Amino acid sequence: MHVAELTKTFVRKVARGARRGAGGATGRRVAALDLVTFAVRRGETIAVLGQNGSGKSTLVRILSTLLLPDGGEARVLGHDVVREPLAVQRVVNRVSVEASFFKKMSATENLSYAARFYGISGRQTRQAIPEILDRVGFPLSRRGEPMENLSRGMQQKVALARALLTSPVVLLLDEPTTGLDPRSKRDVQAFIREVRTTHDSTIILCTHDLAEAEALADRVGILDRGRLLALEPAGDLVDRYRSVTLEDAFFAATGRDLDPEAVDDEREVSG
Amino acid sequence: MSTLEAVRTQLVGARGIVERNVYLTRRYFLWDVAFFVWTVANTLTVVFIAEGVEATGGSIDVDRATTYLLVGAVLWAYLGIIFEFLTETVAWERWEGTIEYTFMAPLRRSAHLAGMGVFAVLYGLVRAVLLFMVVATFFDLELPGVDPVAALVVVLVASISFTGIGMMTAVLPLISPEKGAQLGFVAQGILLVVSGVYYPVEVLPVWMQALATISPATYALDGTRAAILDGAGIADLGGDLLALVVIGAVAVPAGLALFGAGERYAKRHGKLKRSG
Repeated sequence: MHVAELTKTFVRKVARGARRGAGGATGRRVAALDLVTFAVRRGETIAVLGQNGSGKSTLVRILSTLLLPDGGEARVLGHDVVREPLAVQRVVNRVSVEASFFKKMSATENLSYAARFYGISGRQTRQAIPEILDRVGFPLSRRGEPMENLSRGMQQKVALARALLTSPVVLLLDEPTTGLDPRSKRDVQAFIREVRTTHDSTIILCTHDLAEAEALADRVGILDRGRLLALEPAGDLVDRYRSVTLEDAFFAATGRDLDPEAVDDEREVSG
Repeated sequence: MSTLEAVRTQLVGARGIVERNVYLTRRYFLWDVAFFVWTVANTLTVVFIAEGVEATGGSIDVDRATTYLLVGAVLWAYLGIIFEFLTETVAWERWEGTIEYTFMAPLRRSAHLAGMGVFAVLYGLVRAVLLFMVVATFFDLELPGVDPVAALVVVLVASISFTGIGMMTAVLPLISPEKGAQLGFVAQGILLVVSGVYYPVEVLPVWMQALATISPATYALDGTRAAILDGAGIADLGGDLLALVVIGAVAVPAGLALFGAGERYAKRHGKLKRSG
């Protein structure tokens, strides 16, 4: 995967009565991604650390073809995300902080219809869904229950199963363990570790969790206000910023704590 | 991937949309029953007007007027179902939070919307037939020369244009998450007024009659009424069917193009997400 000088700017709406921007614009332009450049090798896992609003989700959404960049280029297995979206969509899948399912439908139903979008037939899913649910540690006896009856942790396991059902070459994990109870978090992390070792998937993991980044990723990136400040093995990052821990290194690089609650409202933007 | 394999993948994807809507209909069955009862009540309110006119001193052919109104109300309910399903293609996904997963899947929008259209037509037809039968039992209607096959053919051909227009309205919630669905109702309302759902289009002002000529509902109603009230066969309905085919041939590609443009706008402005 190659990303070169990727740029995305949003316009943040200005409240009624507030001073308008240059040229009478009704919003303020905020750079969500500012000339972001990096490459990820096949089978490599990188973690991207950043505060809320640092541009992590914008990056994931561009790589999953949900957002068009303003400038620069992103290629997945050689396919341009803007010009060849269908080719990119075939090889990418994603797990985000929200499990996002049709709540009245069961895990099996949600997985079954989602798999069809990737050309997976009914015969294939009948066999694959129980297998994959079992692999992620989801109790098979509950696969027919509506999603709304399941805990957050269980829903997130189904989200992992949904992503893996399509055998993605690139897996985008956007805070997959945020808000999970400790046990579910451990289960999800263990499964990501398993995917790393058993699949040849390239993984981009966006997280607030420093321990998670350190444990799961080959390299750790720091994204701050849309700029990628570094992307190195965790140890090198600590050395580079003459720190003791990754948390210290993040603070030294950005001047801010990596506290998920410390939302920088200035960065919350709308289209 | 070969062309054949690509087509197969898209057909499987479209089937996934139909499958998902079947699951949802099953899960929300009681809502559907409640909505159906409401539609029956609403239709009865309209259809009883014919008897009401006679009861208040008017002189009309009550049987014919009742059937005329019944056809209009049932076809309007059918059209409403198709519009609702297609217009809410985006709104449902946004509501459930699945919008990003559906739009990042390798499913062409044509297959996605075709899947929504196919389900809407099947679901709408079942409801329309049930609605007609239930409401008809309230009246002592005689339909001696009715040609049900011709009526069904008209409705099916009209469904293509209805789906095309539905695709156009489906784009509205994509570009305006807050007001898009309401704008879809505005489009539906305009069709209701100009297409002669409850009266002949000839009673409308001339400029509204001009709008009626481009509404597929006008020809659908005309053809269906001719088949049910006058026993017209498929051969007699050539004019209506031709108009519906022409409108469909324009509306479907136009709907897809409009939706594609809307999707690009949404992707540029970050609206393709749960909160819009």
